[in-house]
Amino acid sequence: MEFSRVQFDEMKGTGGLTRPPYQKLSNWLAETPQDFLSSRRAQAELLFRRIGITFAVYGSKEATERLIPFDLLPRILSRTEWSVLEKGLVQRVRALNLFLADLYGPGEILKADVVPSELVYRNPAYRPEMAGRRTPHDVYVQIAGIDIVRTDDENFYVLEDNARTPSGVSYMLENREVMMRLFPDLFAMHQVAPIENYPDRLLATLRSVAPRNANHDPTIVLLTPGQYNSAFYEHSFLADKLGVELVEGRDLFVRDDVVYMRTTEGPRRVDVIYRRIDDDFLDPLVFRPDSALGVAGLMGAYYAGNVTLANAVGAGVADDKATYTYIPDAIRFYLGEEPILKNVPTWRCREKEALSYVLGHLDELVVKEVNGSGGYGMLVGPHATRAQIEEFEKKLTERPDNFIAQPTLALSTCPISVAQGLAPRHVDLRPFVLQGAKDICVVPGGLTRVAMTEKSLVVNSSQGGGTKDTWVVDDAPG
Amino acid sequence: MRMRVKHEISYRYSEPAKAAVQKLLVTPRNCNSQRVIAWRIEVDRDSRLRQVEDALGNIMHSFTVDGPFESLTTLVEGEVETFDTAGVVSGTIERFPLELFLRETPLTASNEQIRDFAKSACAGEAATLDRLHAVMAALHERMQLNRDATQEIECADVAFDKQAGHPLDLAHIYIACARALDIPARYISGYVARQDGSEARVEAHAWAEAFVAGLGWVGFDSSRKMSPDDSYVRVAVGLDHLGAAPVRAARTGGGDESMDIQLHVAMARAQSQN
Repeated sequence: MEFSRVQFDEMKGTGGLTRPPYQKLSNWLAETPQDFLSSRRAQAELLFRRIGITFAVYGSKEATERLIPFDLLPRILSRTEWSVLEKGLVQRVRALNLFLADLYGPGEILKADVVPSELVYRNPAYRPEMAGRRTPHDVYVQIAGIDIVRTDDENFYVLEDNARTPSGVSYMLENREVMMRLFPDLFAMHQVAPIENYPDRLLATLRSVAPRNANHDPTIVLLTPGQYNSAFYEHSFLADKLGVELVEGRDLFVRDDVVYMRTTEGPRRVDVIYRRIDDDFLDPLVFRPDSALGVAGLMGAYYAGNVTLANAVGAGVADDKATYTYIPDAIRFYLGEEPILKNVPTWRCREKEALSYVLGHLDELVVKEVNGSGGYGMLVGPHATRAQIEEFEKKLTERPDNFIAQPTLALSTCPISVAQGLAPRHVDLRPFVLQGAKDICVVPGGLTRVAMTEKSLVVNSSQGGGTKDTWVVDDAPG
Repeated sequence: MRMRVKHEISYRYSEPAKAAVQKLLVTPRNCNSQRVIAWRIEVDRDSRLRQVEDALGNIMHSFTVDGPFESLTTLVEGEVETFDTAGVVSGTIERFPLELFLRETPLTASNEQIRDFAKSACAGEAATLDRLHAVMAALHERMQLNRDATQEIECADVAFDKQAGHPLDLAHIYIACARALDIPARYISGYVARQDGSEARVEAHAWAEAFVAGLGWVGFDSSRKMSPDDSYVRVAVGLDHLGAAPVRAARTGGGDESMDIQLHVAMARAQSQN
């Protein structure tokens, strides 16, 4: 597959003519003096500092808590573009849930040889502990974050599925709030689809997946690893918005396969745990014994069907980078439909021919470790030094099955506001999809991540990426 | 051989504990090498013992105890008849494809030294069974056995480097070697009867099983350089020690109390039936 090398800008397209969704913004920018934007930028910084949105960056010598860079200009999708994306996201998350229910159940997709079984069983994210057990309402991924990139007017690609504990939704909500304060006139000019109901939808989703034996008003908690976690701000933010208790492992205990929360009024039974800690740390009796973050006996309660974990234990096998390449096949297999969202073409280095191609083209490709996340353990060929390429050559030869490779896509750009005016920067999009017992929904837009450095393709916040507000706007009439 | 096993697991706390939870894999199942005649578990505190089957088919018990209490003893007792099958195991519950047993876990991850060791140990052998025996002999040769049960569990590569370890460390290294040779392997916990002078003793033990096409799962105990015979009781299977450990326990509440774990295994009677 060949990719166009022509840079697609979401505002200016490829030819320099402003695309319709950005027309009003573009006109507005033309009439707006540069100092106005500069003062708004300073205000935005102040607002974020006051709100306290921070992100801890691992391995940084500076202060561990940073503000995520925020760009003033919204990233705009037309309703027509969004409708296609939304359908594709719903389809994909439905398939991810069916895939997981199958992998931990009958394994039809493995028997049909659509997905190689060794890819599943040798994957550390596959949890044998979950085999043969059903999760409440058969939902595995209640909250999904699907990373999407765009290459031109038509084409959106799924870059990565996040089925474990995707983060970033607090930035989506805060970005919108700050934007509405800074630019009320822009909102007046556009029909921007609201996202403020995300916490309500999330709460409804979590309530819907409560165990069947829970009472009609299930007790939900958000389980965090604690304040030293990089996403702790988001955990406390969401617990607050949801109106549920933010708990750490030590606030919960299990007695006779039932989970309780310690409260000042005595133990209170817990039905649903929105957990933001990894499988490995959930229960020291089943997973890592040295974990002080989890709850001893939690898995016993889970097996007994007395508590729902969102997302389910073992969901990670579906979002692994090696599994990713098979998701379009899974969509066809379970839904009998053609995938609406495409995958980025991927070389599976576990396959001999793919490996030799990848080794011969390291300077052009992006190589990713299958179990890595957050932009760590990754080689961006065109920007890599000789030494980095050699290092990956060695890694690939030693453990080919540990890697996949993808072409360096000409990721779309979106203008950001800088002191000199506008500057194009690469963006991606993480929409959040909620799968309840019956309904599945996507909040319009999602989190746009932007590589703040010129020409950089890495948008991860852990690697210095920033964010933008994302708008889904009704198409201009006519 | 007919064996009576009595296994007492006692925890003592310097300060009263508020609550405890335990997960037990201490109940053997029938297979070609053993028939369980009687088996029971008793906890010396008020508790409800629940039994489920874990994913790998082990019989798992769990219970929670509310404090305060200063000690907690779990008694496991039973009788089993064992048969010598030359290490070949059949009649077990097998729910997973072999690929699962090729998967590395943190405790059984191999490094370059282990891979080289495994390859050179079996360089002269072609048949899988012979390769597995060769690796067992080489590992037995390399490792000094240390039966101190209180020693911390190490990852295979660390124990391999030290050239010394507990039987469970040897099992981990053996599994790492087998998987490095692309042979599915797994961890077994159980008991073994040993003749100590004139006295027969039973000890908690760990060994490995590897899969040989045509034969099935075969036990390899590198700490004793033999395949299990009728002096072995096979209790639980896992990818490593964490998945098959007889007891995994945690306390809730309490402060900095120190915990004293006593693992005591006794054999009441061991005699040949024939």
